Amino acid sequence: MIWTIVTKEMRTLFASPLAWVVLAFLQIILAWIFLTRVDYFLTIQAQLSRVPNAPGLTEIVVVPMFGIASIVLLMSVPLLTMRLVAEERRNQTMAMLMSAPISMTQIALGKFLATLAFLAIVGSLIALMGLSLLLGGKLDLGLIAANLLGLLLLTGSFAAIGLFVSCLTTQPVVAAIGTLAAFLVLWLANIAASDPDSPLHLLSLLKHFENFMNGSIAVTDLIYFALLTATFLILSIRRLDADRLRA
Amino acid sequence: MTTTASSELTVSAQSLTRTYGAHRAVRDVSLELRRGEVLGLLGPNGAGKTTTMQMLTGNLAPTSGEVRICGIDLIDLPTQAKSRIGYLPEVPPLYRELKVDEYLRLAGRLHKLKKSALKPAVERAKNGCGLADMGKRLIGSLSKGYQQRVGIAQAIIHDPDVIILDEPTIGLDPNQIREIRALIRDLGRDHSVILSTHILPEVEAVCDRVQILHRGEVVFYDSIAGLKQFRGGQALQIGLRNPPPVAELAGAAADAEVDAINANLFRVRPRGGVDPTDTLVRAAVERNWGLYLLQPALASLEEVFVHLTQREDHQSEETSA
Repeated sequence: MIWTIVTKEMRTLFASPLAWVVLAFLQIILAWIFLTRVDYFLTIQAQLSRVPNAPGLTEIVVVPMFGIASIVLLMSVPLLTMRLVAEERRNQTMAMLMSAPISMTQIALGKFLATLAFLAIVGSLIALMGLSLLLGGKLDLGLIAANLLGLLLLTGSFAAIGLFVSCLTTQPVVAAIGTLAAFLVLWLANIAASDPDSPLHLLSLLKHFENFMNGSIAVTDLIYFALLTATFLILSIRRLDADRLRA
Repeated sequence: MTTTASSELTVSAQSLTRTYGAHRAVRDVSLELRRGEVLGLLGPNGAGKTTTMQMLTGNLAPTSGEVRICGIDLIDLPTQAKSRIGYLPEVPPLYRELKVDEYLRLAGRLHKLKKSALKPAVERAKNGCGLADMGKRLIGSLSKGYQQRVGIAQAIIHDPDVIILDEPTIGLDPNQIREIRALIRDLGRDHSVILSTHILPEVEAVCDRVQILHRGEVVFYDSIAGLKQFRGGQALQIGLRNPPPVAELAGAAADAEVDAINANLFRVRPRGGVDPTDTLVRAAVERNWGLYLLQPALASLEEVFVHLTQREDHQSEETSA
């Protein structure tokens, strides 16, 4: 049943121009970054060969792409998730899902997985662009895998938060703005903390994602993203069930 | 109707109440429906028809009361109960960016139809709702009437035991209304159908039983025959070009009660079960009253409401006294 929801969401997503615009926009930006970074690498290549333990092609070209992608997705995921529930409520199509013999858990997970599938497409496009450098150079594949995993976990928690905010309202635009606000708060949670041991660092999405970008996969980071995603998925399910269950 | 009593109970709702803050949208509504029955929920706008239907389909939690669909509690076992319901909400839940076939296949899959059963189910629903040639059209490009039909097709695709239709004929032209009513009567033969409307003749044309809601409360619950009786019994409406004084008219109609509606139009309520039609016609011809209209005087929905709510007020006065 979840699969039915996933395919339905993917179909409606790709039936609207939004998904294509986001994909195209992202590719243009990343292609630009990619080209400038490759150009930069070529100019400093001679100097790098003289430095011991110098950063390689992966660190200079591929990792910054994932960094930029995380920022662009932070801004575009709210546009993807705003429709999930808010638009169904506004178009009155939610009644069809609510009256069908499927649970709210299946609806919420289906919508979440469909968004995650779209974000996985985005992530693999970025990875493919980086892997094209294999044609003329050597890459640190482990580092690329860590970056890709980090981006998926990050955008997974984006999708869960966006789904929850979309469950709260009937106005897609309100959902988008609310989601973006939530992302920014989590992204910059540690900006005010000057003390490097401050617990605020634990809250920040950026801090946890940076570890993946440096190639270190720590259990704490995995738990952080898993908890964040699970929490907002459960909150979404509860919010959807609230209409059906007795208060 | 003799088979009705023995056939199984499909919908049973006990004292449903829904409050929004201090406002009581629906108060103490109970209903029961058996297989092969069509129930009409009748009421003016804002009477609580839609809220009642939302509670019956599990879209809205009742503040109190319970719903059982074929004996399954809707709140405890929602997915099992919902698989037996087909629901057309007030606004059809259409994905405008899908084609009719795609949409109906989605509806079938949501209702757990098997892959092999999907295609025949889509064809059957399309044929039933007059959508046979519309399969490849985008729903967003269809007219309101066709969109309404897609909404109905979506509700019957899984052949549910209970079909709940919220104002199914709204936005349709007279021909389409006739077709949809015929479809509903067809469905009513071996399913249970609940439909809401604010059009009295529609209920009389389609339903076996009627429940009238007014301000969230049931004010009338009876068979269609009971409703017709209630709407006027044997009262007649008579139109005369040269009307005599009211007293003379009453005398000619076996001492019936006569009200003048306007200068030429009168309502005649017989007393003591005597049908005054024959004597009235004879008198009208003999005395040259210029008879141009004689028909059963059925009360309009508004009059029924006035009557029902007045009766309610009257009863409450009696009980308080």
